[in-house]
Amino acid sequence: MSAEVLAAPGSTPGQWFTRAVLRNGPLGGLIALTVVMAVLSRDFLNGQNLLNVGVQASVTAILAFGVTFVIVSAGIDLSVGSVAALSATVVAWAATSQGLPVVVAVLLGLAVGAVAGLVSGALVSYGRLPAFIATLAMLSVGRGLALVISGGSPIAFPGSLGRLGDTLGGWLPVPVLVMVAMGAVAALVLARTYTGRAMFAIGGNEEAARLSGIDVRRRKLVVYALSGLFAAVAGIVLASRLTSAQPQAAVGYELDAIAAVVIGGASLSGGSGKASGTLIGALILAVLRNGLNLLSVSAFWQQVATGLVIALAVLLDTLRRRSAR
Amino acid sequence: MTGVNDDVPADGRELLRVEGVTKSFPGVRALDGVDLSLRAGEVHVLLGENGAGKSTLIKMLSGAHRPDEGRILVDGRETVIRSAQDAERLGIATIHQEFNLVPGLTVAENIFLGRQPRTAFGLVDRRTMRARAAELLRRVRLDVSPATPVSELGIARLQMVEIAKALSLDARVLIMDEPTAVLTTEEVATLFGIVRELRESGVGVIFITHHLDEIAALGDRVTVLRDGRSVTEVPASTDEDELIRLMVGRDIAEQYPRQRPDGPGAPLLRVRGLTRAGAFADIGFEVRAGEVVGLAGLVGAGRTEVARALFGVDRYDAGTVEVDGLAPARGDVRAAMRAGLGLVPEDRKGQGLLLDASLRDNLTLARLDRDTRGGFVDRRAQRREAAAVAERLKVRMSGLEQSARTLSGGNQQKIVIGKWLLAGARLLILDEPTRGIDVGAKVEIYQLVNELTAAGCAVLMISSDLPEVLGMSDRVLVMAQGRIVGELAGEEATQDAVMELAVRSPGGVGNRNESAMEGSDVG
Repeated sequence: MSAEVLAAPGSTPGQWFTRAVLRNGPLGGLIALTVVMAVLSRDFLNGQNLLNVGVQASVTAILAFGVTFVIVSAGIDLSVGSVAALSATVVAWAATSQGLPVVVAVLLGLAVGAVAGLVSGALVSYGRLPAFIATLAMLSVGRGLALVISGGSPIAFPGSLGRLGDTLGGWLPVPVLVMVAMGAVAALVLARTYTGRAMFAIGGNEEAARLSGIDVRRRKLVVYALSGLFAAVAGIVLASRLTSAQPQAAVGYELDAIAAVVIGGASLSGGSGKASGTLIGALILAVLRNGLNLLSVSAFWQQVATGLVIALAVLLDTLRRRSAR
Repeated sequence: MTGVNDDVPADGRELLRVEGVTKSFPGVRALDGVDLSLRAGEVHVLLGENGAGKSTLIKMLSGAHRPDEGRILVDGRETVIRSAQDAERLGIATIHQEFNLVPGLTVAENIFLGRQPRTAFGLVDRRTMRARAAELLRRVRLDVSPATPVSELGIARLQMVEIAKALSLDARVLIMDEPTAVLTTEEVATLFGIVRELRESGVGVIFITHHLDEIAALGDRVTVLRDGRSVTEVPASTDEDELIRLMVGRDIAEQYPRQRPDGPGAPLLRVRGLTRAGAFADIGFEVRAGEVVGLAGLVGAGRTEVARALFGVDRYDAGTVEVDGLAPARGDVRAAMRAGLGLVPEDRKGQGLLLDASLRDNLTLARLDRDTRGGFVDRRAQRREAAAVAERLKVRMSGLEQSARTLSGGNQQKIVIGKWLLAGARLLILDEPTRGIDVGAKVEIYQLVNELTAAGCAVLMISSDLPEVLGMSDRVLVMAQGRIVGELAGEEATQDAVMELAVRSPGGVGNRNESAMEGSDVG
C-alpha cells in the first residue's frame, strides 16, 4: 500500500486512509483484517492456514452467492441453511439407503434444492407472501423434511463424494475450487444474463421493471430457484467435508450468508450487489473466525466480534454511499 | 420599485433581504451573488430553470444551508439562520415540494407536530388541538376532519395541510416551492385565493413556479435566477416571452412548437367501449399515425387509469383495444409492448426509472429481452444503443454509467422516453410528461414529440397543464368522472372550452376524485 502514489496532493495521511477505506470498502476491510491478524498471530499468514480459511469460507460463500441473487432483487432468503441440509440428506439417502448411482443421487439433491427455492418463489410471486415469511416457512419445512428422511440421525455420505471434501494434488482443497467456480457462475449470472439484469431492475424499482416489460413474477421464481440450487451445492460440499449428511447441519448458516452478502456491499433494499463482494464478505467472516481461533479467543467472544464486524462493515458502506451522492 | 402592481401596499415594509449570497458545493457554485428582497404583503415569484439555484436559496432561508458569503437580513437585522428551528422562530415557514408530513398521524397531529398543546398534566390536549386545527382548516378551505389520517389524503389536500401548518406558525414569510405542480386548475384557484388572503394580512410570500401564466395572476415582483445568479428583478406583469428569455438567457421561438402533420395517417390505436367498474366507462377513441392526441381533465377524471389499462398494467372489464391491427391481451404489459405501445408514467421516479442504476441499464431496460441471445445479454450492443439514443435526445450527463438519480428532472424524463424509443414503441402514452421540468427541457421534449410524429409514430398525451395540452395536441379529448365528455380540435380547443367540459358532471361512474387522487399519490 503506497500512500505516496495514491494520495491526492494536499491530503493528510489520515484523509487518505479514510478515503481509501471508503472507496475500496469490503476489499480494504479484508486486507486490513488480514494485516491485523498477521501481526497478531505468527501462524496466520502461511499457505496452509490460508487454504484453511478458504475451506472455512466455502460453504458460507456458496450459500451467500445464491442469497446475493435474492437480495439484489430486493428479497430475502432465510431457508438456505435448511435447504442445504435437506439436499445433502436427500443425496445420502438416495445413494446410501436406496443404492442409487451417485450421479443420480447428486442430481436428485440439486433438484430438491431448486424445487424448494421454486416453492418459496411461488409463495412470494404468486401467493404475494413477504419473502421473509415465505422463506421462514421453508426454513422450517426444509429442516423438518431432512429430519423425516433421515429419521433424525446422520447418513453416511457415499465414498466417492467424500473426495469433494478432499484436496486436489495433495494441497488444493476441493471446496475452495467449488467456491471459486460457483462464484464465477454467480458473477456471470448477475452481470451477463437476462435473469441477472432483471434482478437488478426488480430490486432497483419493481414497478418500473414491471412497466418496462420485465415479467417480474416469473423472474422471482427463477431467483429463488437459483438460491435453492446454490444451497444444495453448499449442502453437498458441507456433507462431503463431514463425510455424512447430518439433518441438523448448517443451522443458522442463512444468517452468515446474509451477513456475507451485506458485508460485501449489497443493499438489503435491493438493486445492488456483486459476487466478488459476497466472496470478500464470506472471507472476512472466515478470516475473523480463523484468526480469533489462532489467538485462542473464546467462541463466545468470537460471536461478539462477528457482530461488531457486520455492524462496522455496513456502517462504512452507508458512509461511502452518502459521500458518493 | 414603486407602482409595480397596485396590489402592493405602498408602505410594504421589507421583511427579508438577501444580499450577495454565495454558496458552493464540491465542484459546483450553486449560488453566486444572489440578491432578493421581500416586502410585507407581496407575492414575490422566484423564477428559474431547474438547477438555477432556487432550491439552494430557499434551503438557505429555511436553515438547511448557510451562505459562504453575503448577508441575510430579517426585519433589517443581519441574521444567521442555523436550523429549521431558527427559521421557525424568525417567522419563516417553507412548504417544500416533498411534503414533511407523517402519513400515519392525523391532520391535527401533523399541523402541531412537536408543538402540541398540552393539558395541565403535560399530556397532549387533543380537544384544543383539534379545535385549533379545525379553525386552520377552515382558513385554507379544506373540508376534512382534523382526525383524518394524513395517509388518506391526496396530494392537493396534503398541500393544504402544509399551508395550514405554516399558518399555525404565524409565519410572516411563507416560501412555497412549486405548490401548483401537482394541483388541478380548480385547486390552483383555491390556493391562489388563500395566498391572496395571506398577502392582504401582510404576509410576504416567496412563490416558486414553472407555470408562467401564474406569475401575472398572482405575483407582484419576479426575481429571475439563472446559473446561480440573480439576473434581474421585474414586475410580474412582464410578458411571458420576455420572462422566458430572461430565464434561459436566449429566445425560445415558441413555447409550444408543435408542427402539425399534413394529414394524419392510418389509425394506430383504436379503443372501443373500454370500461372498468369504478374507474372509467365506455371509453372510445382513435389515435392515428402522426397525431398527438391530448387527454385533458381534472386530476381524478380517470385519465391515468385509462392509460394504465391500455398499457396492460391494470385489467379492464369490457371493451376492446386494438394497436396497429393487433389486439394485445388485457392486463399484459408485454403484449402491449409487442403491439407497439410505450408508457411514460406520471410518477417518473416511482414508476419510470431505476434511480440507482446506470443510464445504460435504464435506457435498455424495455428491450432487455431483445438484447438477450441464448440467455446472455449483449452488453456491448446495449452500450451502443444507449449511447446513440442519449446522443439523439441530447441527455446532459457525464457518461452512460452515471446513475439516473443524479440527473435533473428534464434529463431523467428524456431517459424514460429514450427507453421507449429503444424498445421501438410506435404509440407513446405520455402521462404528465413535463411535470416539474424547466422550460428549456420542456421545449426539448416537445421537439422530440414533433420528431416522433413526423416519423409516423403517435402520442397520447395526458396533461393537467392546459396550455401544454392545447399547444401540443392536434385533438383534445376531455375526460370527466370516468367518461370522455367531449373532443375539441383546432379553433374550438380553448382553455375555457376544455374547463367547461371537464367540470361538467355526466353522472357517470360516480365521484371518482378522491380515490383517483390517492392512486396518483406518491409514497
